[in-house]
Amino acid sequence: MSAVRKGPSLSLKAREAITGWLFVSPILTGFLIFFVGPLIAVFYYSTTEWNLLSQQSRFVGMANYVDALTRNETFWDVLVNSLVFAAGLVPLNMAMALGLALALSKSRPGAVFFRTVFFAPVITSAVAWAIIWTFLLQHESGAVNQGLSIFGIDGPNWLHEPDWAMVSVIFTRVLKTVGLNMILYIAALQSIPRDYDEAARIEGASNWEIFRRITWPLLAPTTLVIMVITVVGSLKVFDHIYLMTGGGPQNGTMVLAFYIYEQGFKFFNTGYAAALAVVLFALILLLTIVQMLLKAARK
Amino acid sequence: MNYRTQQKITRICWIVGLCALAIPFVFPFLWMLSGALKGQADVFASSSLVPAKVHWSNFSDVFAYQPFARQYFNSLYIAIVVTVSTLFISSMAGYALARLRFGGSAFILLVLVSALMMPEEVTIIPNFFLMKELGLMNSHMPLILLPLFGSQGVMATFLMRQYFLALPKELEEAGRMDGLTRFGVFFKIALPLSKPALSAVSIITFLFSWNLFLEPLVFVNDIELFTLPLALANFTDTYGLPLWHLQLAATALAVIPMLIVYVLAQRQIVESFAMSGVKG
Repeated sequence: MSAVRKGPSLSLKAREAITGWLFVSPILTGFLIFFVGPLIAVFYYSTTEWNLLSQQSRFVGMANYVDALTRNETFWDVLVNSLVFAAGLVPLNMAMALGLALALSKSRPGAVFFRTVFFAPVITSAVAWAIIWTFLLQHESGAVNQGLSIFGIDGPNWLHEPDWAMVSVIFTRVLKTVGLNMILYIAALQSIPRDYDEAARIEGASNWEIFRRITWPLLAPTTLVIMVITVVGSLKVFDHIYLMTGGGPQNGTMVLAFYIYEQGFKFFNTGYAAALAVVLFALILLLTIVQMLLKAARK
Repeated sequence: MNYRTQQKITRICWIVGLCALAIPFVFPFLWMLSGALKGQADVFASSSLVPAKVHWSNFSDVFAYQPFARQYFNSLYIAIVVTVSTLFISSMAGYALARLRFGGSAFILLVLVSALMMPEEVTIIPNFFLMKELGLMNSHMPLILLPLFGSQGVMATFLMRQYFLALPKELEEAGRMDGLTRFGVFFKIALPLSKPALSAVSIITFLFSWNLFLEPLVFVNDIELFTLPLALANFTDTYGLPLWHLQLAATALAVIPMLIVYVLAQRQIVESFAMSGVKG
């Protein structure tokens, strides 16, 4: 033991510090190289312009940002699309998740079966889910429109009309991810002590009153977490767009994450794409800060 | 109407409503199977869910169209490598950040946490040039390194830290009394106690890697090096039109084993995700 060790022995405190640094060094090293470094670099790239012919980049200052904000009309479309996507997806996703959680949180026979069903798309790859739905949403022969025709409804060409394409992508994305939020809500509901419920019922409170005055306020921290996760998730949606619409038709579903990919890796506008990535970074950072403030305000 | 019948009616409404809601969750999988078993000509021609004639040959054609077995293996081994490495790295870092006192630990934690939600799209462009510089383009290394050290690895670290914080300290202190070093306490006491967190990290990391799409798309070119999601997106004829029967057969081959594992281990899988959300 240390007391009988020969030679200069380090103090316990120093040894603990060395062990600590040793333990965090693998992830810290990798994190600096593959995350922090690139994060700094993306700001630098956003001030350059890459020339495909000469294979060189030159400094252009804020030109890429000015380009995006003033000259490039697509940028504003993309920003609006991203907001429309989030505004459509987040409330629908959360309302559905909460509804399902309320229906399935108590252990009735069948509850586990339905939970399994609603969660299944979460573990299915987004690529597979998007492929299947692209198949189902084909214009004349797709299963969705075939189904609608039974009721005499002439379904639209879902993925080839700008507005319907946006609706389709939002809807299929909600189906893909709602199970996760449902599970988070169920976990939160099950942690609410039963006595609250029972006491209120003895007092003669209706189901709605119990929900409004007890359940909903107690769920607030969970709702906040879910909201932030879902908003961030909606801003980074890529697979669905790539596979179902390719950003089209007429840029109708061109959202920020997909636009970055297209500008960066299809058209090789590296500088411009980097500036877009900075915009995405700023949006997510803003959301993170808002979440922290809300959390702090609650305490 | 007495209380009994009212209860019964509520219950029936409950089941009918949930069944209706379940349609868009269940039918896609059934149509995937149905399309996978139809011939190229009648994928759309017949509107019935049950194929007129079952084309088992679709499945073998998938392997003839591209090196699908190889691609399947790629996805599997990459996911395993990412998962095992993440377990090592994140549990060590998580333990240090939860239990060991050392200068800078609070700052490290803050930096890591602020990266928790950053999507890979933000850093993908510089990472592209970095991988080029390192000579790792068109290889599987980026698909291993980026999840390991990006927000996914950070999430795993954070999850492990939260779990270690909740463990009672006494057992570890007893281990120290018995003369174990910090390494010994970590490997012999803390790690065996944290099996639930380790399995949660494994499940989430495996699925994350298995479903990764943007990184393979950006970093991998050779069809031999494709992962499953890339392979699935790659079934088109010479005109660029989708070969639905093959694409759906391949999708079924990729999805069904996962669904079987999910149904068998659904409790554990669902709990893992609940844990990640609650902690994150």
